Amino acid sequence: MSNLIESFGDFTGFWMVLGQIALFTLVLLISIAFLLLLDRKIWAGVMMRKGPNVVGPFGLFQSFADFGKFLLKEIVIPAGANKTVFILAPILTCTLAFVAWAAIPVAPGTVSGTSWVVSNLNVGVLYLFAISSLGVYGIIMGGWASNSKYPFLGALRSAAQMVSYEVSIGFIIVTVILLTGSMNLSAIVENQSGGFWNWHLFSFQYFPMIFVMFPMFVMFFISALAETNRPPFDLPEAESELVAGYQVEYGSTPYLLFMLGEYLNIVLMCAMMTVLFLGGWHGPFALGDVVKDWPPLLLSLSGLFWFMLKILFFFFMFAMVKAIVPRYRYDQLMRLGWKIFLPTSLAAVLIVAGYVVYTGVQS
Amino acid sequence: MVIAARNPVHSVLFLILAFFTSAGLLVLIGAEFLAMLLVVVYVGAVAVLFLFVVMMLDVDFVELKQGFLSYLPFGLLVGAVFLAEIVLASFAGLENHVSTFDASPGAETNAEAIGQVMYTQYMLLFQLAGIVLLISMIGAIVLTLRHRPGTKRQSIAHQTARRRSDAFDLKDPSSGQGI
Repeated sequence: MSNLIESFGDFTGFWMVLGQIALFTLVLLISIAFLLLLDRKIWAGVMMRKGPNVVGPFGLFQSFADFGKFLLKEIVIPAGANKTVFILAPILTCTLAFVAWAAIPVAPGTVSGTSWVVSNLNVGVLYLFAISSLGVYGIIMGGWASNSKYPFLGALRSAAQMVSYEVSIGFIIVTVILLTGSMNLSAIVENQSGGFWNWHLFSFQYFPMIFVMFPMFVMFFISALAETNRPPFDLPEAESELVAGYQVEYGSTPYLLFMLGEYLNIVLMCAMMTVLFLGGWHGPFALGDVVKDWPPLLLSLSGLFWFMLKILFFFFMFAMVKAIVPRYRYDQLMRLGWKIFLPTSLAAVLIVAGYVVYTGVQS
Repeated sequence: MVIAARNPVHSVLFLILAFFTSAGLLVLIGAEFLAMLLVVVYVGAVAVLFLFVVMMLDVDFVELKQGFLSYLPFGLLVGAVFLAEIVLASFAGLENHVSTFDASPGAETNAEAIGQVMYTQYMLLFQLAGIVLLISMIGAIVLTLRHRPGTKRQSIAHQTARRRSDAFDLKDPSSGQGI
């Protein structure tokens, strides 16, 4: 029990934790509304369209209008569907996408050595990995419970796809853990302080490792695309083959939950890349003396600013990939996952482990 | 609920719930690392494949129900043995106060403790288990892999090595003449 209570970060008070959770949820929901609009705007920009521009100035309130529309629609459950599982699937997807955020440290704490995080777990990376590996259940359950061919095919595809890319994601995470020597996400972020050359992406403090970590970062990005079912790996919902895959039979609020979960997962993946490879809340230059006299709250907020900026950058990349890259063929997807990413990431784990043992940076 | 559910897919979903709750129990006794591994390995990978198989199989529910009565006595016996064991163990625990459980003996975190035990103390046994798994994997592949003659296969190297000049042949015929 004591470990569990200790793991609740800086504030042990129950209400404090509850307040933190409410704050995280609120901020996430509002930012998702605007990120969705950003996604559509970027996509429209690439296609030389205007995108949503009617509701509010520049279409800023489009997401809220959509939200209202989804809520007011009638929930249709197909006659042959398995009712409980059918309703449970989108709820599960959405809940898991929220739950994972508990371990993400968003900014340095006002007291040195702490961070703004709901639960500062010792096994934070594993927790994230475990929760994201559960995400596949929402899709399988939704596809199966719809009792229809297209959703079922979509569910089977996504199950195979997500399980295979999880393997390579796991190994890539292991390389970061090896370099840091800790599974605590705050410790991983702290390990990358001192300037952008110390981010794990470049890992200048472990000099030759840039030749391993940079490819690993690119592979993590591609695997994240596959893991969140984003184009070019959106085969579970490939509209030209499966109509809309596992969500064919969904409408109204359940569909809203699916979409919310999907976008939350995308932002979560962006946050994971930020924390693991791009130095989390650290700015690109260590300002040492300049910020020495700043109040701690301002430092925290500047950390939050950098964190959000990096997430936005990754989200922009996700949107651009969606707009530009054509969809993969399914066998190519599997080949990429199992025959290219898996051996490469395994080799990287060996190289990084050898480096860590040889130079003894961790002992 | 795993065995009581009528629908096998529901059974698997309840099984996943059981895995998940046991992971929760592990967190409560302070073994977070084991709990996360349980979720990643069992819930995230093994149960997905399990669910996959059960969904694909078209199970006949009536046929499944038929053998129920004849297996019932044996099932009850096994259940009773397990129940007795749990009751006895918990009473023994209450008497001897073995509730003080050290999740990470002799190490800072329980990940380190597991590493010490598995990769240092029982290194050879661990390697042996790995080899047994590898052999069983190779065995399964050898048993199921068949090379059917005459099936068309894709050669990825061939596909990616294809250049534009191999596939296209641009002609510029003047009007009134064929190629």
